Amino acid sequence: MNLARVIGNVWATRKDAGLNGHRMLFIQPLNFSGEETGAPRVALDTVDAGRGDVVIYVSSTEATVPFQPRLTPTDATIVGIVERIDHRDKSWKTV
Amino acid sequence: MTLGKVVGTVWATRKDEQLVGLKLQIVQEVDLDYTLKDHFVVAVDSVGAGVGEIVLFTQGSSARQTALTRNKPIDAVITAIVDKLDVPARALALESAAVKA
Repeated sequence: MNLARVIGNVWATRKDAGLNGHRMLFIQPLNFSGEETGAPRVALDTVDAGRGDVVIYVSSTEATVPFQPRLTPTDATIVGIVERIDHRDKSWKTV
Repeated sequence: MTLGKVVGTVWATRKDEQLVGLKLQIVQEVDLDYTLKDHFVVAVDSVGAGVGEIVLFTQGSSARQTALTRNKPIDAVITAIVDKLDVPARALALESAAVKA
């Protein structure tokens, strides 16, 4: 699992049936100091995250686990909203 | 899922029999402002996307999670055609970067 910030929304009417009914959000991956790292990507949402929230997301095949046994072609899924990080060098709150 | 643009179509007559009947598109990754990046994949099209359209595509074993691609030798699939993006903070960041440059 990794950290990211929700940075926006994406709308798509024509999509694979496995994506119907799921919210899609743009996320910016973060490192564990809260700095941006890598390119933004689109993730499905299972926890009602909103823009600005720092979240935990799973990538790869494991991103489909929350939706099994249904077929869901996602390679990133938001599975938690982060309130605080306690870290030896740099602790931070997300709000 | 990754943002991309359909930039071409691949034709292959001799191929794995599980790929017969599938449409193969060349997808180029793009930034949030649709600037083309230097990364391409060949992806199966599950939504009827045409050349020039902005799409979302899924890579890796998750690409086998559609009715069309299930259990087939596929690692990239186009899963949605993008109508609209709304990423205001990033748009601002891009603008300010342009001003600085």
